[in-house]
Amino acid sequence: MASLGAIATAPLKAKREGDKSAKSIVFMGVLWFTIFFSVLCLGTLLVNAFFDGWTRLDGNLITRYSSTVLPETAGARAAILGSALVIVMTAVLAIPLGVAAGVYLEEFADPRRWYNKIIEVNLTNLAAVPAIVYGMLTAGVALSIGLPRRVVLAGAIALALLILPVIIITTREAMRAVPREIREGSLALGATPLQTVWRQTLPSAVPGIATGSIIALSRALGEAAPLLLLGGLVFVSYDPNGLFSGYTVLPIQIYDWVKEPQLAFQQVASAAIILMLGLLLLMNAVAIVIRNRYQKRW
Amino acid sequence: MNARTSSRIAALGASALLFVAACGGQEESSGGDSLSGEVVTDGSSTVGPLTTVAGEFFKEEQSGVNVSVATSGTGGGFEKFCQGSTDISNASRPIDEEEAAICKKEGVEYVELRVATDALTVVTSSENDFVDCLTTEELNTIWAPEAEGKITTWSQVNPEFPDEPLELYGPGTDSGTFDYFTDEINGEEGASRSDYNASEDDNVLVQGVSGSPNALGYFGYTYYEENSDSLKAITIDSGDGCVAPSAETAADGTYTPLARPLFIYVSTKAYADEPQVAGFVDFYVENNAKIAEAAQYIPLNDDQSSELEEAAGALESAS
Amino acid sequence: MSSTIATEGSSSQTTPQGVDPDSYNKDPAGFLRQRRGRYGERVAMVALVGSAGLSVLVTIGIFFALLVPSLEFLREISIREFLTGDRWAPTFADASFGVLPLVTGTMWTTVIGLLIAIPFGLGAAIYLAEYAPERVRRFLKPVLEVLAGIPSVVYGYFALYFVAPTVLNDLLSVEVGTFSVLAAGLVLGIMIIPTVASLSEDAMSAVPQSLRQASFALGANRMRTTLRVVFPAAVSGITASIVLAASRAVGETMIVALAAGTQAQVVSSPTEPGQTMTGFIAQTATGESSPGSLTYNTLFAVGLLLFVVTLLMNVVAGSIVRRIREVY
Repeated sequence: MASLGAIATAPLKAKREGDKSAKSIVFMGVLWFTIFFSVLCLGTLLVNAFFDGWTRLDGNLITRYSSTVLPETAGARAAILGSALVIVMTAVLAIPLGVAAGVYLEEFADPRRWYNKIIEVNLTNLAAVPAIVYGMLTAGVALSIGLPRRVVLAGAIALALLILPVIIITTREAMRAVPREIREGSLALGATPLQTVWRQTLPSAVPGIATGSIIALSRALGEAAPLLLLGGLVFVSYDPNGLFSGYTVLPIQIYDWVKEPQLAFQQVASAAIILMLGLLLLMNAVAIVIRNRYQKRW
Repeated sequence: MNARTSSRIAALGASALLFVAACGGQEESSGGDSLSGEVVTDGSSTVGPLTTVAGEFFKEEQSGVNVSVATSGTGGGFEKFCQGSTDISNASRPIDEEEAAICKKEGVEYVELRVATDALTVVTSSENDFVDCLTTEELNTIWAPEAEGKITTWSQVNPEFPDEPLELYGPGTDSGTFDYFTDEINGEEGASRSDYNASEDDNVLVQGVSGSPNALGYFGYTYYEENSDSLKAITIDSGDGCVAPSAETAADGTYTPLARPLFIYVSTKAYADEPQVAGFVDFYVENNAKIAEAAQYIPLNDDQSSELEEAAGALESAS
Repeated sequence: MSSTIATEGSSSQTTPQGVDPDSYNKDPAGFLRQRRGRYGERVAMVALVGSAGLSVLVTIGIFFALLVPSLEFLREISIREFLTGDRWAPTFADASFGVLPLVTGTMWTTVIGLLIAIPFGLGAAIYLAEYAPERVRRFLKPVLEVLAGIPSVVYGYFALYFVAPTVLNDLLSVEVGTFSVLAAGLVLGIMIIPTVASLSEDAMSAVPQSLRQASFALGANRMRTTLRVVFPAAVSGITASIVLAASRAVGETMIVALAAGTQAQVVSSPTEPGQTMTGFIAQTATGESSPGSLTYNTLFAVGLLLFVVTLLMNVVAGSIVRRIREVY
């Protein structure tokens, strides 16, 4: 029995005989090739962008505005500030709403009720709706309530709606990871359920929520389609100043420059791409650091 | 992380929100030498870059003024202009009767200022080696509505051309360039085949044409000028020999029928009520030659310049 | 580990505020809901419920925002012409509103994308799930995540300035112009490789070890086990991942807007340019679009079609996933 048990639980290693057959080797080769292809694509993309754009990774890129006359010194200043403002507003809109909804769904909702089931299904579908549809939704809503479409607030609303499902799902998973004992201990000490959530469960789930939110925001940073819908393709050469100001964001500025045929614009577009990828990398690194350092191990 | 920290963060977020909201809106200064505010323009993608350059130069003098330039096409620009949404409409053709009627109905009064000349250029890729000159009849053969689905190769246009597919690029229907070209070449404004790569963004057209030796497209002269290393301008023969587009041929009238005036339409109300609009328009008029040169447009000749100043004077007196 | 409330000792001293341990153990969520108490808490609960309800509101909002202008559109154009007509020229003097050209554009880019994403995504998934040693895994998963996180505008740039001129025209001698559904489709495929890879890997990892062990015990090598045992067992999850990836490809905008072209024609060959539904929406939206006009309504009609198509694909994928969950 012991030997049978040993066989059954032995780690799965490749059996030498079977895996050296010609077919197996070819198969492995095919698999390695598929991996290689993905890595190659990523590498080519990054190298290509870098080679095209490294000459323009200068101070002008950050401090100057876009220009049609002088693409050699054009910069993405308006886009960088616009992106920053829009992302901050998106976070302000999406995170409280998303966390609240996630808390409700995870802690208080009875999953057997029909309305909660609808919310669940709805959430998974919303997470897969094309980004441009969120732009159309915001455009339609903005029109009916009289909000101007080409302003920072409208863009932030569109992006917030886009990442809301992701934040809700992240919150739920983070809260699920908190053990029941924490909640029960709090209740046992006389706290109400809401106090329990606010003071015990939620704070313990914050690292997970923060990680997921930052990743969601980094996705919003790279989105152009919904903002295009809202009229974001205006030539902007000034800093955005307020929620009702005209604006542009990095991906739209890049889109604009990519469409210009002159070589100088192609270069500055690549430089802006490098900049944007760097920002995204930074955001994701911060998210991972938060997860690794602050995530409680239960 | 406890409740105190959570509420601190919430307070921080709320104050950030308030701070951002408080900085809202643009304000206009009242009088004095320094202007501020926004000048909203929209319209032709042919004239757009000229206005953009004017805006950039103007910003060097008046850094508080933001000139925004959208390119919805001449037709789209007029729609917004007659609704009062824009201060200036860039146009590569004159306003037509219908549009003028709408403006009148909505109470929008305007002054038409001719700011440059354009030699609408028909282009192929610089790699194209079989066509240098096209007659207006050949152009009509290519672009007429009847050609849709039927004229698909170069040899159908002229038997001397190779039997290669005809790849067409041109402006969309909102474009003044489209209106003007179809009017002159096909005899009726708006009459055109529809199976081509249509885009209001001339840069996309430049990219498309320069990418294939069999491509043909048309757009404003400035886009050819800026990309003359990857494009070839086709000389046009309207009966008197092949004429190439240039500042000279546009000015002396030999480049027909594709030489045309470029306009901006200024709302008299905006000019009177908003000092930054008035300042910008005055600057545009005064420095017209310099702006046109920097943007690689065909500048006005002397007669046209004095006409411009007269028309601008009408604006001032109307305000 | 027990997670029920113990009932040792004298009850009234250890259970606070009338907590009944039995009712908690039977129905924890219901128990929590009963103990609402203070007024401020009621307000907070309303806020929480409202936030959750917001997500439903969003879906309803999407439907209405798309439906209202689409109904306006259908008042002027018959639905038959819209869905079956093959000439798309909504802004020309001799206008036509047959959406088939846009649909063929979308289909071509999606199919080409899947032809790239399925083999390479599955290959990566199989390797990660069955073969990869820990070191390679730690390198490979981030690579896939980075691929997934690159903004689509960057992919569009890649398609326009590298894939079309260098890869297609120079390296592979496929003659394409600046714009083609092939260039856009290839890059679209690269973008959705991570989607296929990660979901398929999840599906394959969910197959119980006992199946693999049984296969090994019967003398099969790893390749056989993977192909004949694990793969078929995970096929539903893999199919769902492919459908989801296709749905992403259908909804993608920036790559096709930059690289596929603006010629709305019934695409008959991949080297031709073509316009997709999303490309048309992007192009029209950046032009003139005054609300209430036919152009505006057309834009939303195409948007509604896009939404319905992706929704159907997501629902199909979801139902496939739910079916397999029952098996294990």
